[in-house]
Amino acid sequence: MPRRGLRSASGASAAALALLVLVPILVLLSAWHQQQWETWQHLLDTVLWRLVGNTLFLMVGVTVGVLLLGVSLAWCVATLDFPGRRWLEWALFLPMAMPAYVLAFVMVDLLDYAGPIQTQLRHWWSDFPGFSARHPLWVVVTLSLVLYPYVYMLARLAFQAQGRAVLEQARILGDGPVRAFYKVALPMARPGIAAGLALALMETLADFGAVSVFNFDTFTTAIYKSWYGLFNLQAAAQLASLLLLFVLVALWLERRGRRRARFSELGGRKVMRVRPRGAWLITLLAFAVLFMAFVLPVSRLLYWVVETRLDGVDARFLNLVWRTFLLGAMSAGLVLVLASWLAWVKRHQSSAGVSVAAQLATLGYALPGSVLAVGIMVSFSAVESRLNAWGLPVALVGGLAALVLAYVVRFMAVAFGPVENALQQVRPGLVDAARTLGASSTEVGQRVYLPMMLPGLLTALLLVGIDVMKEMPATLLLRPFGWDTLAVRIYELTAEGEWERAAAPSLTLVLLGLLPVVLLTRRR
Amino acid sequence: MRILGLLAGALVMAGGLWGCSEPAEQNELVVYTSRNDHLIKPVFDAYTESTGVQIRYITDNAAALTARLQAEGERTPADLFITVDAGNLWNAANKDLLQPVESVVLNANVPTALTDPDKRWFGLTVRARTIVYSRDRVDPATLSSYEDLADPKWKGRLCLRTSKKVYNQSLVATMIKRLGEEKTEEIVRGWVGNLATDVFSNDTALMEAIVAGQCDVGIVNTYYYGRMKRDNPQLPLALFWANQDSSGVHINISGAAITQHAPHPEQAKALLEWMTQPAAQSLLADRNLEYPVNSAVKPADEVASWGDFKSDDLNVSVAGELQVDAVKLMDRAGYR
Repeated sequence: MPRRGLRSASGASAAALALLVLVPILVLLSAWHQQQWETWQHLLDTVLWRLVGNTLFLMVGVTVGVLLLGVSLAWCVATLDFPGRRWLEWALFLPMAMPAYVLAFVMVDLLDYAGPIQTQLRHWWSDFPGFSARHPLWVVVTLSLVLYPYVYMLARLAFQAQGRAVLEQARILGDGPVRAFYKVALPMARPGIAAGLALALMETLADFGAVSVFNFDTFTTAIYKSWYGLFNLQAAAQLASLLLLFVLVALWLERRGRRRARFSELGGRKVMRVRPRGAWLITLLAFAVLFMAFVLPVSRLLYWVVETRLDGVDARFLNLVWRTFLLGAMSAGLVLVLASWLAWVKRHQSSAGVSVAAQLATLGYALPGSVLAVGIMVSFSAVESRLNAWGLPVALVGGLAALVLAYVVRFMAVAFGPVENALQQVRPGLVDAARTLGASSTEVGQRVYLPMMLPGLLTALLLVGIDVMKEMPATLLLRPFGWDTLAVRIYELTAEGEWERAAAPSLTLVLLGLLPVVLLTRRR
Repeated sequence: MRILGLLAGALVMAGGLWGCSEPAEQNELVVYTSRNDHLIKPVFDAYTESTGVQIRYITDNAAALTARLQAEGERTPADLFITVDAGNLWNAANKDLLQPVESVVLNANVPTALTDPDKRWFGLTVRARTIVYSRDRVDPATLSSYEDLADPKWKGRLCLRTSKKVYNQSLVATMIKRLGEEKTEEIVRGWVGNLATDVFSNDTALMEAIVAGQCDVGIVNTYYYGRMKRDNPQLPLALFWANQDSSGVHINISGAAITQHAPHPEQAKALLEWMTQPAAQSLLADRNLEYPVNSAVKPADEVASWGDFKSDDLNVSVAGELQVDAVKLMDRAGYR
């Protein structure tokens, strides 16, 4: 029975994909076979509980922050008419291109005691008491500002897909706009919102760059303390694997979000009118977010670029830009194809095994990049050594293939969420209808799946592309000779405290990240 | 459809580039380094120009490169490991990733205190970590030592960088060696009690806080001071050479080592020796305002203008041996 063979083959491919992501994680888990009690005892006695508390605080804070910003902005943009809506709709994606550690540095630089704002305030009021720029709330604000686009992007797609008809029905049945939002629009958009939130939370968990600029100690701090400070990579790997527990919570939330999901077909894009005063207020709020998350840091970077007179911008710099772009494009393409395949298999085989495999394949996103990078390197190195022993002179570590695979392991989750979401928009009934009307598989693909899924697929492509270009630790550890990227250069400069000189590569990275954003939003 | 075409193109490209990691050729060295591209490239370029030996290098932080050396084992392409901080070199040596080198040139050019007792790594440049103070608000006569910064007279006037930075870990490690754990912990607690604000994540921000008046004294690496002074000659800060009546200023190194399984150990040794010679020493030290290890080489004029000082003569490997103890001590003392 060929069909059955196909089914098991596709199931096996899903398992293989899951395995690819799982092997580096298993390598990390294998660290548990050596007990590192001394390090654990020390951490438990001194800092661990504070760090766990800080991490929970951060997760709750970022959840509130990205939901508030992401959902409300997406709702306004998708359903209300206000001045500047057309350009704000895409401009609100821009903070996505801003690496969290860059915004963090700019924030601390601006807000600290010695920064321009407090200096000016002291100038006006000599008894100005001052405030700490490194307060935990600023960490939440910073991370929310760079991470809300995940929610915004997916929620906006969902709100737009609902069309107006649903809301109109709700209002005909006597609900006010607010009630209609909570009772109808929000539950329907929940899968998208949950997928976006899960991504934002995983990124929060894995973040080390931004929190260390604020010197805010989180669970990741304990990981790096064990590795760099206590020279104990095993204990670091053990701690990192515990992060997966946090991830399970995030994923559970996402599943819960999806459970009561209902979907409807694409509706016309019509927007509601708002009274002028309210409309301007929305414009103002949206612009304030954009200003804080994008305009302000970009201007600060520009200022430094001018101040350092484009130091380090030469032919080699152009090479960096080209390599960064190439890696982003290549890896995003590959990740998208693999994620689509996984989502496809999952849709057509509702076996528990496949859905577990799909879940496992997305775990790589929540681990701190450099710890995962070590896991990947160790597993590749082991494979390489085995292949060499068999007389195959393959160099995996330090080869381009290894780097691209590392991106697959790390960013599968980023593509899988939007792709699966997009696939769910295509109701099976629709496909059946097309079939009944005599459409061939190719036609169904071209005329049903593709047009309906395209926004989701492009979103996934864009997200992964930007993430790959921003990625630092795995690129540092696994890149082939000569494959330096902008993120590598930023790392080198900031590691030596040369933030001003890091402005040129940072700004270029942001501009490069804009390219896909513009491409995505120009498309109608 | 166009999108799918693009995707297919990207995949083909990925496939084409799959196997392109060519092995190192003869007359070519491979270096793993945590030194910045713009600091190390001029040095390598100069070597290539004078000897014809090509150098390929990868930059990353020391811990990651150490993990990579460990994973690669005998198959490593790396000949040399160049990094900052003796602790990192000590750690790599401790994991059997570096090999001992017997060399008359190295023995002559690099002081014993800046060399691994087992000759597995050698200092290239010296970095001094000392006290910086506000010229407006602090009389240098009231300053004396790192230990003195724990004195209540500095309450609310001290700024420190985070204990997560290896520079502070090394400083505390040498204090443990000199003063013992108990005394050191007391001092670190004193520092924490004197802090004017949360600890900073870099030395430059710390100095800016002193300029702005948030605090009056701090501990920094001298080259950060030099960089700031270069941008602003009117900088109202000055360096104070700590512990001149006792142990001397705390110093650390950037250093180099030949890896245990280096494919070209002889050529690697030649490069290592060359880096301790006068021409290379200036290239290595001056660009980042550090001190050459070779005492025959003068530091840059700018650096020399900060004055001479007595430095701690403990072997810098102490920074590695006692780093774990230092980190634990600072955690206990509540120094974040």
